[in-house]
Amino acid sequence: MIEIAWSNFTPWSALAGGILVGLAAASLLLLNGRIAGISGILGGLLTPLKGDIAWRVAFILGLLAAPAVWLLSGDKPTIEINAGYPALIIAGLLVGVGTRYGSGCTSGHGVCGLSRLSPRSLVATLSFMATGFITVFVIRHVPGV
Amino acid sequence: MKYCLASLFAGLIFGLGLILSGMANPEKVLGFLDIAGLWDPSLAFVMGGAILVGLVAFAIARRRTLSFLGLNIKIPSNTHIDKRLVMGSLTFGVGWGIAGFCPGPGIVALGAGEVKAAVFVASMVAGMAIFELIERNRAKA
Repeated sequence: MIEIAWSNFTPWSALAGGILVGLAAASLLLLNGRIAGISGILGGLLTPLKGDIAWRVAFILGLLAAPAVWLLSGDKPTIEINAGYPALIIAGLLVGVGTRYGSGCTSGHGVCGLSRLSPRSLVATLSFMATGFITVFVIRHVPGV
Repeated sequence: MKYCLASLFAGLIFGLGLILSGMANPEKVLGFLDIAGLWDPSLAFVMGGAILVGLVAFAIARRRTLSFLGLNIKIPSNTHIDKRLVMGSLTFGVGWGIAGFCPGPGIVALGAGEVKAAVFVASMVAGMAIFELIERNRAKA
């Protein structure tokens, strides 16, 4: 049986934050005609094409600036990173290689892809969710790991 | 210029959404991925909220060829489900489960000045560069 962590569960801020993410993806799509897939936006900068660079850099600068803007609300963003450095390096490499081979991540496939009812994105999302669940299970619940 | 401002705005709102929803916090993401422990379903609500808005946005986009700023709307046309898509996504999921970071939250946490997020993002960019190198060599072969 699944036990819900009621003290950590934040349905309203999760939903409101999700709506903001959706509005951001909608803005990029309806203003610039592009998909808000973050691995694709970042990855595209490694093989830069003329005229296709500035919007990518601007989007990433927006992401980087978000914590500073959030500070204006008076709160610091909550960010708890418990993974150690070796784990972060391995995780980063796997996320980098995996999202490029899989043509997307949580934003490109999970949000934008599912929003346009793409079967490809559904398969991708189910795949990374599955190994995400399995990986956390192994790390947290398999003795000796 | 206006395209860059639109893009900057979208990135900023995206980042604020990740912070508000708690998704910029890897520990909260791991709370979702840990179904065998005490489970935090918040991530599902984030995706639900985002997709709700996204459905409307893509419905509008499908009826247009040009964006409201006059650019071509580029929606992926590939519908082929292949080994690269599945293997890549499975690999991404393992990395996601190890640290609780996917690309967006990693970049936002870097913006918050977290050294650990900088290490994650640098490794992620290295992973993307490895992909490009492999692809380039394959194209030559």
